[in-house]
Amino acid sequence: MDVSVKRESLEAMRVFDLATVPLRELNSALHTIAPGTNDTSFEVVNPRGSHSVAVGIDQPVTVEVRGSVGYYCAGMNDGGAVTVHGSAGPGVAENMMSGTVVIEGDASQYAGATGRGGLLVIKGNAASRCGISMKGIDIVVHGNIGHMSAFMGQSGHLVVLGNAGDALGDSLYEAKLFVRGEVKSLGADCIQKEMKPKHLKLLAELLEKAGVTDVRPEEFKRYGSARTLYNFNIDNADAY
Amino acid sequence: MCGIVGLFLKDKSLEPQLGAMLSDMLVIMTDRGPDSAGIAIYGAPSDGRAKLTVQSAKPAADFAGLEALLKPVDASVSVELKSTHAVIETDAAQAAAVRELLAQERPDIRVMGSGDSVEIYKEVGLPKDVVSRFGIRAMGGTHGIGHTRMATESAVTTLGAHPFSTGADQCLVHNGSLSNHNNLRRELVREGMTFETQNDSEVAAAYLTAEMAKGKDLGQALTSALDDLDGFFTFVVGTKSGFGVVRDPIACKPAVMAETDQYIAFGSEYRALVNLPGIEDARVWEPEPATVYFWDHEKAA
Repeated sequence: MDVSVKRESLEAMRVFDLATVPLRELNSALHTIAPGTNDTSFEVVNPRGSHSVAVGIDQPVTVEVRGSVGYYCAGMNDGGAVTVHGSAGPGVAENMMSGTVVIEGDASQYAGATGRGGLLVIKGNAASRCGISMKGIDIVVHGNIGHMSAFMGQSGHLVVLGNAGDALGDSLYEAKLFVRGEVKSLGADCIQKEMKPKHLKLLAELLEKAGVTDVRPEEFKRYGSARTLYNFNIDNADAY
Repeated sequence: MCGIVGLFLKDKSLEPQLGAMLSDMLVIMTDRGPDSAGIAIYGAPSDGRAKLTVQSAKPAADFAGLEALLKPVDASVSVELKSTHAVIETDAAQAAAVRELLAQERPDIRVMGSGDSVEIYKEVGLPKDVVSRFGIRAMGGTHGIGHTRMATESAVTTLGAHPFSTGADQCLVHNGSLSNHNNLRRELVREGMTFETQNDSEVAAAYLTAEMAKGKDLGQALTSALDDLDGFFTFVVGTKSGFGVVRDPIACKPAVMAETDQYIAFGSEYRALVNLPGIEDARVWEPEPATVYFWDHEKAA
């Protein structure tokens, strides 16, 4: 790499210390980026569990968060690359549209909820309701996920290298779920499905995109919707 | 919403700072509930002595000459006034007699908590104001719990604030709402429990007291709570030497725990824990749904 270029990019990095600067200042700066600018590197220090860190990004910026965050970090992200060097509270990357969110630690409940696109990588465990109502987001969890994950998932992919809790994929639509470990129980209308060559290929691509190199797609099982609850049928009343 | 915190110290050298640490944790949780706040502190019990924390809406009248009033029953009684609360220390053998006299002579005084070691302070208002009016920061102790309330199930009053104490050295804070509390309250009344409020969390506290009275330890009582209580809850519970946490099976009320060689800490959010010593290297985790966690100073010793 050209040393002078590297130096310049370092100088362009804007640092927000949330111990001294209000959160609003960080988020305002992220919301007023002119399209095409080179000034797109941000660092956040001392987040100390703050809520709503780096929400509403709509430009291809990179944000490095040094520490753990509270509710709704990187919510509504549209094109940003946010890395949390710590753990995340409830609702991380909620309703993500595009871009990448990486959590180096654990994530609390409803990570990636209602996400429409982009990639969420959780390197630790995710708690309950991971990917609830997902609508196109790809989520890769290195550890385990909690109960009611992918509830009513409509599209997108949830890849879990560890185990899944109770009621995985309850009332699932067309989201595709891949779990490498044990599934404690499947939710209503969620079934194990055959892993066909096209699914192995898809999973290999997802793992590669998430930087996972030490596991093979063949180690996973695939789960999806049995499609019996799409329309109300009185014979299925007990399953709802 | 509501915010709850708890701290159980393993390292004795931190004990003088318990009140300050717990106060900081609770104040950070203020925006989870601004209606009322309360803290229970477990101090070192002294042999043969009992403590009674009482409260009055008219402290000037109710607390006037209180010590002199109680002396004839227990010559060793001492009364420490703290704003709307007073801590009455008695000979353990005379505690019941003192309480009886108090109820007779000063009927508007309410008992917040009693036992060998617990002191409970709660009032309407923000955590920062509540902890400062009772001087909580200066208090030492072995463990404690705190609560800041966003009221849902009963009125915003001092008695409706948490922690709820329904047995000696027992108290509970709750984030959530119970749906079978009326029924359960009726059953507990039949078993002889008494209630001060219409609050759902008081029923949870009384339920645990009743279960422990049947011989269960805190962990066993919390386990049966998972079967008998319906609704949303994250509970943090204190006993004379123990500290417990349990969440309902749905677990939508938040909870984070941290453990180091020095302490076990609970917060509704990670924010509550960030000022604790060594938090950067603590084991931090989210308690599992429908899983009982409890620690006991006596069992650890």
